[in-house]
Amino acid sequence: MRIGAYKVWLAGLGVVMAAGFCSYLRQLDSGLGITGLSRDVTWGLYIAQFTFLVGVAASAVMVVLPYYLHDCKSFARITVLGEFLAIAAVVMCMLFILVDLGQPTRVLNVLLYPSPRSVMFWDVLVLSGYLVLNILIAFVSLRAEREEVRTPGWLRPVILLSIPWAVGIHTVTAFLYNGLAARPLWLTALMAPRFLASAFASGPALLILLCMIMARTTKKPAPRAALDKLAVIVTYAMAITVFFLLMEIFTAFYSQVPGSTASWTYMLGGLEGHRGLAPWIWCSMLLAAASLVVLLVPRYRHRPELLAAGCGMVFLSVWLDKGIGLIVPAFVPSPLGQITDYAPSLPEILISLGIWAVGALIVTVLFRKTLDSR
Amino acid sequence: MNVTRQDFLRLSGLTFLSLAARRLAEAVLPTRWGMAIDTAKCLGEAHCGQCIAACHQVHNVPDLPDPRHQIRWIWKDSFAHVFEEQIDEYSPLRAAPAMVLCNHCDNPPCTRVCPTQATWKRADGIVEMDYHRCIGCRYCIAACPYGSRSFNWQNPRPYIRQPNPEFPTRTKGVVEKCNFCSERLAAGKQPACVEACPEKALVFGNLADPQSPVRQLLASRRHMLRKPELGTRPQVFYIL
Repeated sequence: MRIGAYKVWLAGLGVVMAAGFCSYLRQLDSGLGITGLSRDVTWGLYIAQFTFLVGVAASAVMVVLPYYLHDCKSFARITVLGEFLAIAAVVMCMLFILVDLGQPTRVLNVLLYPSPRSVMFWDVLVLSGYLVLNILIAFVSLRAEREEVRTPGWLRPVILLSIPWAVGIHTVTAFLYNGLAARPLWLTALMAPRFLASAFASGPALLILLCMIMARTTKKPAPRAALDKLAVIVTYAMAITVFFLLMEIFTAFYSQVPGSTASWTYMLGGLEGHRGLAPWIWCSMLLAAASLVVLLVPRYRHRPELLAAGCGMVFLSVWLDKGIGLIVPAFVPSPLGQITDYAPSLPEILISLGIWAVGALIVTVLFRKTLDSR
Repeated sequence: MNVTRQDFLRLSGLTFLSLAARRLAEAVLPTRWGMAIDTAKCLGEAHCGQCIAACHQVHNVPDLPDPRHQIRWIWKDSFAHVFEEQIDEYSPLRAAPAMVLCNHCDNPPCTRVCPTQATWKRADGIVEMDYHRCIGCRYCIAACPYGSRSFNWQNPRPYIRQPNPEFPTRTKGVVEKCNFCSERLAAGKQPACVEACPEKALVFGNLADPQSPVRQLLASRRHMLRKPELGTRPQVFYIL
């Protein structure tokens, strides 16, 4: 029965991937015009998903750091899961960048003509490096565990390197945006700290949910002690995320500097009757507030079903914040004062779902791999 | 063809000398292309669009029906939009049209962010594009504070009215923008928009030469720049 359900799940992912792939072939053929993007809003769903997923990838450090630096024994079972989640997230990041390119066949130009002045060049380097680090660490330590031998000594410096590297990938990704004088919404030194805080909330929240799902499907007990510790990390990271968000809103509205106030007004209330984003942003804020109520009270947090609900709300809230609130409003109004609404098109949504299915497949296969070893 | 060793050395020597001479000329007489737009003259002909038509014809800029996908090298917008921070509600210029094109910034943010050096600033100040190297990431569009860059959301070729075989057409998926007519400058001609303007409202020339008409004009008339506070140092000046 369990095998049957697993096969149905894989088949379902296959269908979603196939739909995404077909849509991508259409996009390759007719160009990015089949997305909802336009002259004025030139980045949308793809780049937003990329940004969100860099956060999920970086958040592996929230299990790696306590386990390897603070010898937090309860994380022994989930550290490798965190690294596997990071691998899936980085692969998804790369796919989202690839589908966003107008000329994907020329992507190697980034390496053929290295441009150290471009943050995107560095982002490609740090993301690829992070993928290699996590593949190396996860597979070598899993093998050592399976063969019941100590992890090789050379792995420890690699693990230590992966810790600042994780912070680095999300910092460099923030620099992609906050180094641009043209976009007042992004021109804030709080961008990287905000990215890291929201990443350390949403990534571990997803990991908790995945561990719970894995425990349910394999009928094995969930690693309670580890999940409780992770829940504390999610709670405080989310509190800091909300705090940072309020800082941005205060600065934009109290200073009344037109540039950033305009984008925030567009997000929260709408500009000149264009209020397509507002419901999503308010939804994100309500979810953030509700998740904090659930997570900050230990009595609630310790109940598995409430923990799951809290983590689900954190994940959704940050996904809406980074996936909808971060990228598009920076292009509204345009440098020439145009207000252009953006909504992803159907092929664009299918391609994005296809990439999420690839990520889900990688997580499924890799997480299953950890079961064989026990 | 027989080339003796002596001929070869002579030819090589001449080549190096001419290269060095060119470098020297560039150092002594630098070129810095720039443009001054005499807005009063431009306003005289409210419905004129000859500069736009000339530019877009010469450069094979497509005429796309969907406004969301339009490509623009030079176009007209209102002063209120172009100088949002500098035009107040009582200004007589508010609704007046202003020509908009790439500013060919002295400190261009677009070239800084390009991950493949598909766009770069030449020694003469022109911000140039290589359509064959561009990967279409649109980072330059995000970085441009003036909205001067366009992306090919679809294949532009079916929408080019009268293709000009002298200038390359573009493919889908690459960024393009005004090139200050670098191809015409190389042939000793003025930019197409400058030549087409019936009012002679566009003055193009070498900003590094104090005697050039454009410098004389800038020295004698009040002018403004788009978003000077961003430090991009635009090289397109609007004369009031």
